[in-house]
Parts: sequence; C-alpha cells; structure tokens
Amino acid sequence: MALLQIVGRTFLSFLAAVGRLFLFMSLSISHAVRPPFYGRILGRQLLEVGYYSLPVVGLTAIFTGMVLALQSYTGFARFSAESAIPNVVVVSITRELGPVLAGLMVAGRIGAAMAAEIGTMRVTEQIDALTTLATNPYKYLIAPRLWAGLISLPLLVLTADIIGIFGGYLVATYKLDFNAATYLKNTREFLEVMDVVSGLVKAAVFGFLIALMGCYHGFHSKGGAQGVGAATTNAVVSASILILSSNYIITELFFAR
Amino acid sequence: MTPRSTNSQTPKIRVRGLSKSFGDNQVLRGLDLDVDEGESVVVIGGSGTGKSVLLKCILGILEPDSGSIEVDGEEVVGLRGGDMDRVRRKFGMLFQNAALFDSLPVWENVAFGMIQSEGVARKRARETAAEKLAAVGLRPEVADLFPAELSGGMKKRVGLARAIATEPEIVFFDEPTTGLDPIMGDVINSLIVEIVQKLGATALSITHDMASARKIAHRIAMLYEGRIIWNGATEEIDSTDNAYVQQFVNGRAEGPIEMPVRQA
Repeated sequence: MALLQIVGRTFLSFLAAVGRLFLFMSLSISHAVRPPFYGRILGRQLLEVGYYSLPVVGLTAIFTGMVLALQSYTGFARFSAESAIPNVVVVSITRELGPVLAGLMVAGRIGAAMAAEIGTMRVTEQIDALTTLATNPYKYLIAPRLWAGLISLPLLVLTADIIGIFGGYLVATYKLDFNAATYLKNTREFLEVMDVVSGLVKAAVFGFLIALMGCYHGFHSKGGAQGVGAATTNAVVSASILILSSNYIITELFFAR
Repeated sequence: MTPRSTNSQTPKIRVRGLSKSFGDNQVLRGLDLDVDEGESVVVIGGSGTGKSVLLKCILGILEPDSGSIEVDGEEVVGLRGGDMDRVRRKFGMLFQNAALFDSLPVWENVAFGMIQSEGVARKRARETAAEKLAAVGLRPEVADLFPAELSGGMKKRVGLARAIATEPEIVFFDEPTTGLDPIMGDVINSLIVEIVQKLGATALSITHDMASARKIAHRIAMLYEGRIIWNGATEEIDSTDNAYVQQFVNGRAEGPIEMPVRQA
C-alpha cells in the first residue's frame, strides 16, 4: 500500500511539475513575441550566450573533429575503407556531434549562469522590485534570454561545424597522410544541405531549451544561497537531458523513413 | 510628524478583509486598514506576521485569497497586465535589502522606472537620477558604481532614490532600518520623513523597529495573527492599555504574544 502511495504521489508531483513548466513556457513565449522588446538586454545576452561561448564551443569542436578522424581511421583501416573518413567526419559533425556537444557545453555555461543570476534576483527581491517598477519580469528577464538562446546556438553550431571539419582535416592530412585536395573534395561531395540544416534546427531547439531551463529554475528558486545552488544544478541537468532526448526526436523526424 | 490632510473622503488605500495563506500557513486573516492621503502609517508586528505579505498584496506581487484592496477608490485585486502597471506607477517601494539590480550601475537603478516604464530618454533620466541621488545625500561619483560596491547604508539611500525617482503618490518602506546601525538607521528615518514631506506622498511602512516607527509615523497599526489589532496616533502608543501593543513596544518576552519557536 505504502509503495503504491509513493508511486502515485511521485507521479502526481511529476505531472504537476510538467504542467508548471508548460504554463511558464507558454507565458514566456506569449511575452517574448509581444512588445515592449528590450533590445539592450537582448544584445547583452547575445554577447553572453553567443560570443563568449565561442572559445568553449570551438575547442570542443576541434578536438571532436580530430578524434573522430583518428578513431575512424583505426576502425576503417581494418577493412581498407580509409577513404570514407571525410564522409564520416562531415556527417557526424554536422548532424550530431556539432549540435549536441555545443548544446551540452552551452548548457553548462549558460544554463547555469542564467539560473544563478535569475535565482539570485528572485531571492534578493530584485524580481519583485522589477514588478513594482511596472516592468514585466517575463518581458525584461526571460524573453531576451529565450531569443538569445534561439538565435545564438545555430550560429555557434555553424561555427562548430566548420571548426570540427577542419579538425578532422588537420589530423587526416598531417597525421594520416591523406591528400589535402582529395580530402576536401570528398568532404564537399558527401555533404548534403539537409545535414547542416537538421543540425541547425537542433541547435535552435537546444538553445531555446537551455534558456528555458535556466530561466524556469532560476525564476522559481527559493530559500537563499542553497536554493540558488539547487536551481543551477537542476537547470544544467534538465537542459542536458532535454537536449539528448529531443535530439533523438528531431533525428527521427528528419531522417527516419 | 503631523498629517497634512486627513479630511479627504476616500482613503488613498483601503484594505478590507484581506486574507492570504501559503499552504497550511494562514498569514493574513481578514485584515482591514485605511491609509489617508498624505498620511504616514507604520504597521508594526513581529517577524513572520505577514507585514511584507500585506505590501506585496497591495502591489499585486502576491494575489490575495480573498478581500478587497482599493487605491484611490479603484479596486486593484484581480487587475492584470497594463491595468495593474498603471496602478503600480503610483507606487514607489524601498525594499528591505534595497533589492538593487546588481547588473546595472547605481544611476541606472535610480533611473530604471523613468527609462523603462515612463519612456524618458536615457540622457535625461541620468540627469534626473543625479538629482535624486543628491536628494538622498549621495555624491555624484556614486552614480557609476555598481550595487556590490556600496555599503549597507548607501544601498538603502540608492533604494530610496529609486523609490522616489518617478515621484510616486504612495511610497512603501519595507523595514527601512533593518541591517543598519542605530545612527545610520536614524539618518535613513530622517531622510524618509524629509522626502515624504517634500513629495507630499502617502507613506506606508512596515517595521519592527519602534524607534523608526515613532519617527516616521503619523499613525501606527499593529499586526498580530493576520489582523490589525490596534491602531492609533503615534503619541497614543505609549498610553494604550492594549496588552499586545505594550508587550511589543517594550520588547518583553513575557506577555500575551507567544513567539512561535518553530515555524512550519
């Protein structure tokens, strides 16, 4: 009996949490598409989410591309299929590794920062102060962050795609003695528009989810420093899980037949 | 301080039967309170008795479970969006720990209401902010500092400057002296009295600091168990035979008020 109660209660509180999240999301979106817009804050967030994430995302991408070339070589050399390496690198990076790894890195960087900042504003009454000054916190705090996530992540992933492919090219030409021209030709021939587009759609979804999780957990944090800490952790963990699960769903939608 | 005008018919703020609970914890239980135009009312009461909840209900930050709140005769419970913001523009509030936006420099904090909700140009808002900072006794260099660089007393001053920047008709003060030494507390109290008088504003403050209450109030109301159990002119507070008020004013542990040691 007690076990059933626990199961039931957990399930109900899970449903309640999902409901709260969807309410928050629809409220945020409805404010994000209606004026007033805060361009100044959007600019600052674009800089924060997009520009300052470049080093992290770039490093992730170059090493991923490099290791991808190296690993596929050790595998493909066994049945002399080395010529497939550029194809493997370009498809893996644009379709999967670019968006997912950039998403996870940005989730750690930005999701945490958003949750901590908004959470601190919540527990120090700054959000109440905003409301008192007749400024809607959804419009002022949340909408610019959602837009920044939605816009920045595709741009970051596009950069990551280029850097990742370049990483693979570096290892292939300098270490594995590929002919540079052939490698690039193979890369270009095998790459399809859909590979990049699907990756960018993923990136936009991930960017939105990262910002949404950061804002949601920050906005609902309570109880001082500990509450803000918990909000930060929850934002990163939930954003990462949502990235991985929505990645599967989007892949299914794009490529399953 | 003596009230300038108490003869207006509709009170500036009229609260009737206000109730608010959080889960099982019923904080306000049918609270009634009138604040007349130009009057300064201080609500006293122990920690956790719902003083802040009262202010937040009036400002529409919290939604009351039941009851009515009228500002200038207009019912504000249930107002949303633009209508609520229109009412909020009548208010200024000094938060307990100032609640300054720590991503913005001091001047932008002060100018926030002017820039964001009144659409004043940044350059002009900055000039006005400098005037407001001078009015609370801060030097112009402070304008470019960030809130994290300020001392507690300076933060309160900036919070005060922000609260009065849009020249509101009503100003709320949430524990204006908390966290300050007695001297700085008195400085802030004097500043509040001076500024409220200059603005001709209506003031509603909450505090548990009796020195502060005596200094800034025309009228004192005591909140206990979710209701106003006593209210009278500041001078009457020492002569009242209300045992609850006596215990609170004299700060005695023994008396009819029992402090909950553990709160749920």
